[in-house]
Amino acid sequence: MTILKHELRQGRSSFLIWTSVIGVMLSVCVFLYTEVRGEMDAVTDLFSSFGSFTAAFGMDRLNFGTLEGFYAIECGSMLGLGGAFFAAICAVNMLSKEEVNKTADFLFSHPVSRKRVLLEKLLAVFVQLTMMNVIVLAMSLLSILAIGETIPWAQLLLLHLAYYLLQLELAGICYGISAFVKRGSVGIGLGIAVLFYFTNLISNLTESASFLKYFTPFAYCDGADIITEQRLDGGLMAIGAGACLLGILIAWYQYTRKDLS
Amino acid sequence: MEAIQTEKLTKNYGTARGIVELDLSVHAGEFFGFIGPNGAGKSTTIRTLLGLIYPTSGQATVFGMDVVREKESILRRVGYLPSEAIFYPKLRVRDICKLSANLRNMECSAEAKSLCERLQLDPEKKIDELSFGNRKKVAIVCALQSKPELLILDEPTGGLDPLIQRVFFEILRERNRDGATIFFSSHILSEVQRNCTRAAVIREGRIIACDSVEAFANAGAKRVTLRGQVELKGLPGIKDLREGEGTRSFLYSGDMPRLLQCLSAGQVTDLTVAEPDLEEIFLHFYEEGDENT
Repeated sequence: MTILKHELRQGRSSFLIWTSVIGVMLSVCVFLYTEVRGEMDAVTDLFSSFGSFTAAFGMDRLNFGTLEGFYAIECGSMLGLGGAFFAAICAVNMLSKEEVNKTADFLFSHPVSRKRVLLEKLLAVFVQLTMMNVIVLAMSLLSILAIGETIPWAQLLLLHLAYYLLQLELAGICYGISAFVKRGSVGIGLGIAVLFYFTNLISNLTESASFLKYFTPFAYCDGADIITEQRLDGGLMAIGAGACLLGILIAWYQYTRKDLS
Repeated sequence: MEAIQTEKLTKNYGTARGIVELDLSVHAGEFFGFIGPNGAGKSTTIRTLLGLIYPTSGQATVFGMDVVREKESILRRVGYLPSEAIFYPKLRVRDICKLSANLRNMECSAEAKSLCERLQLDPEKKIDELSFGNRKKVAIVCALQSKPELLILDEPTGGLDPLIQRVFFEILRERNRDGATIFFSSHILSEVQRNCTRAAVIREGRIIACDSVEAFANAGAKRVTLRGQVELKGLPGIKDLREGEGTRSFLYSGDMPRLLQCLSAGQVTDLTVAEPDLEEIFLHFYEEGDENT
């Protein structure tokens, strides 16, 4: 597990920055809830009048006045986008950086197979994402307890689980891309995360675009669905798992055959 | 036992030439020089042997093992010194050496310490703070600390000051005496001449000569330097003619009695006939190649 440990060490700064930013932002949001709780009925009424844009953000089915509703919209956006960005950057850089930074000669002139490198680097991505989600969840739960609210365990855990799975899916896809690209990988990773995010917004806008939900992992992270139905969409998650696996297999195929520069 | 053997080894980068039908044989225990200018195919050959790139056709084995199928087994026995020593940022020298040892599942701290001392390298320094030469020393420690049976060195002395170069070659000679094979790629011919027993010359991806360094020096040409009046026109086998203040110097690879005849017909006041150094022979090979092409 030398490569795994090495990757965790190399990615420590980035991990700490992203985790603390997302965790602190979530906590700030939770603390803000006590301030704005009384005004939320008016806000809910206001937001519900935006037609299809209201639906795009799931605000037609959520009550801003409840912690779950507020959390799903406000904290969900931060966790969703922040987590997706971190997952994409982390995964899309993981393989490509060896060639970009010209460290491939050092690593691959040691008796380590490319399969081992692929596996340990993938584990490094997943371990970082898991640790980030555990820490962010813990910070969020502590914040809710600090403001004296009851933790809505089922909804909260499902919401966090959905975003964790989103990050894994995005990471798998970006890992596949990482085996091909040599430069500009961060831009590609961020671009894909943003593309998925907006694809989900568009799929929520009109019925005719709803088929797009099959092409974005943000679809199974829809806070309105999770809070109201208290379950995750198994079909969409299965598609996501398939996309993640496909990304990893493509990385495997490409990286074990390519010439390293 | 051959440490390195290639048969018709070819590597193309799309339509660009890498190496072409390379046949090379390095015996175990040899100190072997691999000579060629930039872009001749030295690094491509080395990267193929290390499994960093895959051959287009042909075969290559290291200690009898196939470079594609048995790469990990080969790399367990090989230490590699790249021409560019680039490492992960933020780490200290000792971290890089430890990482390299861990990737080999070996404990090399004592050897790493000894090498750092001999090369005057501070193991507590951060990689980002090191000069090019000092980074090269880190690469040397990483390549040597596991005491590999085969050392593959790609332009190893770039950035090293003359004193450290001397220490480095001392270490290499010690390793060679202990049985290690050394495959030494360079375009600095004096290094090859001083240290290697055999050498191969690569040109435009093809091996154009492979022999003992001694044979290279003897079989090629002589450096003739003379003072006086001699008519050299029409004498075949003259290359690299240089004219100075009353002197003429040239590489001669033609018939020796004919040269003597020519010299005796003129008025020579001073004459030296010497073995050319490898640099001159090397240029001679390249000139021949240019003429052929």
